[in-house]
Amino acid sequence: MRFLDRLFQRREPTSRQVAKDRLQLVLVHDRVNISPAMLDTMKDEMIKVISKYVEIDPDGVEVTFAQSKRQSRLTADIPVVGPVRRQHTKGSGRERAVRSQAEAGGDG
Amino acid sequence: MAATVVTVTSGKGGVGKTTVTANLSVALAMLGQRVIAVDTDIGLRNLDVVMGLENRIVYDLVDAVEGRCRLRQAFIRDKRLSELYLLPAAQTRDKSAVNPEQMIKLCNQLRPEFDFVFIDSPAGIEQGYRNAVAPADRVLIVTTPEVSAVRDADRIVGLVEAEDKGPAKLIINRLNPAMVRREEMLSTVDVVEILAIDLIGVIPEDPAVIVSTNRGSPVSLDGRSPSGQAFRNIAGRLMGQDIPIMPIKESANVLDRLSRFLRG
Repeated sequence: MRFLDRLFQRREPTSRQVAKDRLQLVLVHDRVNISPAMLDTMKDEMIKVISKYVEIDPDGVEVTFAQSKRQSRLTADIPVVGPVRRQHTKGSGRERAVRSQAEAGGDG
Repeated sequence: MAATVVTVTSGKGGVGKTTVTANLSVALAMLGQRVIAVDTDIGLRNLDVVMGLENRIVYDLVDAVEGRCRLRQAFIRDKRLSELYLLPAAQTRDKSAVNPEQMIKLCNQLRPEFDFVFIDSPAGIEQGYRNAVAPADRVLIVTTPEVSAVRDADRIVGLVEAEDKGPAKLIINRLNPAMVRREEMLSTVDVVEILAIDLIGVIPEDPAVIVSTNRGSPVSLDGRSPSGQAFRNIAGRLMGQDIPIMPIKESANVLDRLSRFLRG
């Protein structure tokens, strides 16, 4: 099979890479004891609070845990629309939010 | 000189804690150290069979802690190495038969008599684990390159950090270099990167471990096996020797090479 894969230049992620990615994601949540679902809840509450002060694009909000060595860091990327509410849809923003949810939910 | 108390733990069961404890104890005794291996897996003892000393047990750890015998009466002297002893676990009791304070007291009694006290921890993170880690000067965490074992090892890394014991060291057990090369197994670098703790050694997957366990003769005693060499290297590092961690070589017979060629 691998011989054929090589012949036709098929490239799937190796099981080693899949294992590494899955572990890194599950450990991010293990270490802070916050499940992906709880992170979503937290994100929704953050959006509510911040929206009281500035108008943001809720679909573009990304809240993730980053790791450096064994230190966890909570990172929020929040697109600010402006001080005045405008009618506005951002396709790319929505797609990004959906993608990040799918990733976060992968291993819960 | 007082002994260093080294606890071998893992979180997950079946990754090789008992094998590691037996082999490092043997390898250090081969280097002339006075060593005692203590089995704290009360109710599920196995260090005795891995070391081949199961027929000599009269008293055990719980007997010694509860004062039914003098501590020395529970020691079992190794058949091969005169400076190696085993303190077996009780088989008919459970983890609550001893507590962390009793383990600290026991190890303090052992310290003046030995250079190394090795403690084989049970799996899990409950009382048995706490008993094993309480007296430790150093903690060795054993994992295999598999997602479940690495995940559980990460829990232990966090728990040991909270204990203020100094940084735990990592042993990666059963690494298969051919699978790593084919990207079918997490590599040493991957596991170290994920757990972010210092590595003290890598043990290759080696059929000689199963054969030696069948015989009750730890593989460290086998001069030719790659896993035995890996254990002896870790023993040297525990004594402060500067032994670099070398990449593990694949066994290279003709069939392996042929299949490697065909599979890419």
